[in-house]
Amino acid sequence: MEQILANGVYLGSQYAMIALGLTLIFALMNVLNFAHGQMYVIGGFVTYTFYGQLGVPFVLALLMSCISLAILGALIEKFLFAPVIKGSKREESTMLLAAGIAFLLDALILLIFGEKQRGVPKIIDGVFNWDFRVIMPYDRILICVLAILSIICFICFMQYSKTGRALRALAQDRTAAQLMGVNVDRYSMIGFALGAMLAGLVGGLLVTITGINLGMGGPTSIKAFMMVMIGGAGVISGAIAGGIILGFMEAIGLAVLSQYGDITYLLIFVSLMIFLAIRPQGLMGKPWG
Amino acid sequence: MQRRALMKAAMIAMTMTALQTTTALAVNPVLKIGFVGVTSGPAASWGISNQRSMETRAAWINETGGYKIGDTTYDIEIVSFDDQKDPKRAIAGMEKMAQEGIHYVVGPNVDDGAAAVRPVAEANGIMYFPYAFPKSLYTKPASNAILGMVANYQSGPAIYKYLMKEKGVKTVAFIAANESDPLSQRDSGVAAAKALGLDVVSDNVTYQVDTTDFTPVLTPIMRERPDLLVLSGVSPANAPQLIRSARELGFQGVISTETAQDAGVLTEGAGDLANGFISVGGASTPELASPMMIEFVDRYTKMFGEYNDESNTKVYALEYILETLKADPAAITDVTAFQTTMDRFEAANPYMKGDAKLRYVGMSSFGQRRQVAVPLVVNVFQDGAFETLFVAEVD
Repeated sequence: MEQILANGVYLGSQYAMIALGLTLIFALMNVLNFAHGQMYVIGGFVTYTFYGQLGVPFVLALLMSCISLAILGALIEKFLFAPVIKGSKREESTMLLAAGIAFLLDALILLIFGEKQRGVPKIIDGVFNWDFRVIMPYDRILICVLAILSIICFICFMQYSKTGRALRALAQDRTAAQLMGVNVDRYSMIGFALGAMLAGLVGGLLVTITGINLGMGGPTSIKAFMMVMIGGAGVISGAIAGGIILGFMEAIGLAVLSQYGDITYLLIFVSLMIFLAIRPQGLMGKPWG
Repeated sequence: MQRRALMKAAMIAMTMTALQTTTALAVNPVLKIGFVGVTSGPAASWGISNQRSMETRAAWINETGGYKIGDTTYDIEIVSFDDQKDPKRAIAGMEKMAQEGIHYVVGPNVDDGAAAVRPVAEANGIMYFPYAFPKSLYTKPASNAILGMVANYQSGPAIYKYLMKEKGVKTVAFIAANESDPLSQRDSGVAAAKALGLDVVSDNVTYQVDTTDFTPVLTPIMRERPDLLVLSGVSPANAPQLIRSARELGFQGVISTETAQDAGVLTEGAGDLANGFISVGGASTPELASPMMIEFVDRYTKMFGEYNDESNTKVYALEYILETLKADPAAITDVTAFQTTMDRFEAANPYMKGDAKLRYVGMSSFGQRRQVAVPLVVNVFQDGAFETLFVAEVD
């Protein structure tokens, strides 16, 4: 039981971080960013290159992932999403654009980083073993703590900084925010860059545990969408709740149902369908959007 | 005047160069060989190592003047199609090959893709070399598929026997991804282990292909404390993470798989924790690699920046196609001639030291010669490189 709880906390914290960036972008721009998983992968590869290949200290490599993805996100918003949002009234235009960007990033990842699974040296050696009741390598514990700290920092930033307040205003009502003097174009770009940066951060953190390969993008996006659907689209606390719920469901399912084969995700998907049929807006989302 | 003369000279030089290039390209007719396999997504590594092996060898042949079949010397062109591990796409890929008049195709990489393309290949006179293990693809009435590697039901028993004898292995646990290939490999592995008298302590733990953290998945198996943990049909992307998680959970036994792996990926993903990991490879270990294999690795590395150890087994399919066509030039457009030639074909294996032969095998497993005879090289990973554990032959 203790091991299940530990696995749940660990999985939940990393999943919550993955979902945060996606839900932020959705809240600000009403864009379903299908390329979120690919951004996560690029973040992992940047950390791999700087930390694993060039020997740069891990923290600096992580910073490089954040900066690279923030710049990439800002460029994508300014030159791709902003013109499409302005020029098209149809919501599917941005969805198609996001899907196209995902394919493009996949192709670029293959060209630049290759097809192989990549990994980096462990940041801490050793395994925490509490009488075989809880076994957790120290690097997982560290990444879990860093993920929780990052989530707290992000919430504080959104709550107390001027930029965070502007972003929240934008998410609540774009027109009202504009009338109150918020530079909508600028903050949309900042918000998208922040969402992409979060993807880069979590990619950089998790490359030390899971490694990275070009095929991780699509499945990561799907998991992120599941978490956002559970918690409620566009709600920060919802994304965190969705991530933690999915993490615990996975940890419990894998431990309890292992003798029945791989039915954990089958049950998760069935539960999600039933849940969405009853509460389509998710746990914390508003029925009106 | 001088300027005009200079321009005229430049024009003549350009025309001559263009003509020369055209002439050079036109010297040899082109023989197209197809590849239909997965080169994107989580399993991209499997197909890309195929495609790049073929492209490396084709470039090498073309650079050295082409490949002589009968009285004609051909340049080799590789026509590739990414099936994205989707059977529908694999069918589309095979149809594309048929439209281009291609009769020899390498791939697909997985069971369902290989099964899906069978009607297209047989209807259009295409011989294809899948990296998929279902016996129905290679036993009669199937006629056009040739297994491009050693199947797990051939390598598994050899590995288990070795471990029982040398390491005293008595109990075994299996783990597989929840996909058709790994699951079927797990089932045949379980059957082989039971037939050898091993005690199978766990055979129902599976994981999603996109799993990134295997600690929760492996925890139930670790409670059984098996002597041997078999990673059935594991992809090179998942192997290091599984090994790492198992070792971190305190697993002391042997870990093995019947798929090909990459030493660089294992080093990066699991480091020293992967020491002792047993997998199936080709012929690039120093004890076995011929000068031609060494040159192949060198050319591949120069062409793509980095070698992939999976290509140790993937290098063979194109060589088999070309050597068999050389043995019977009529087979270039007639796959029936190719099938007839397969029964008596034999040539020197250029990638292996010693007197190893290229020939078609499979009489024991499939009742007809529908498998390439690649050496069953069982490797053990040690300190960043593979070492040959033992070599066996299939049939």
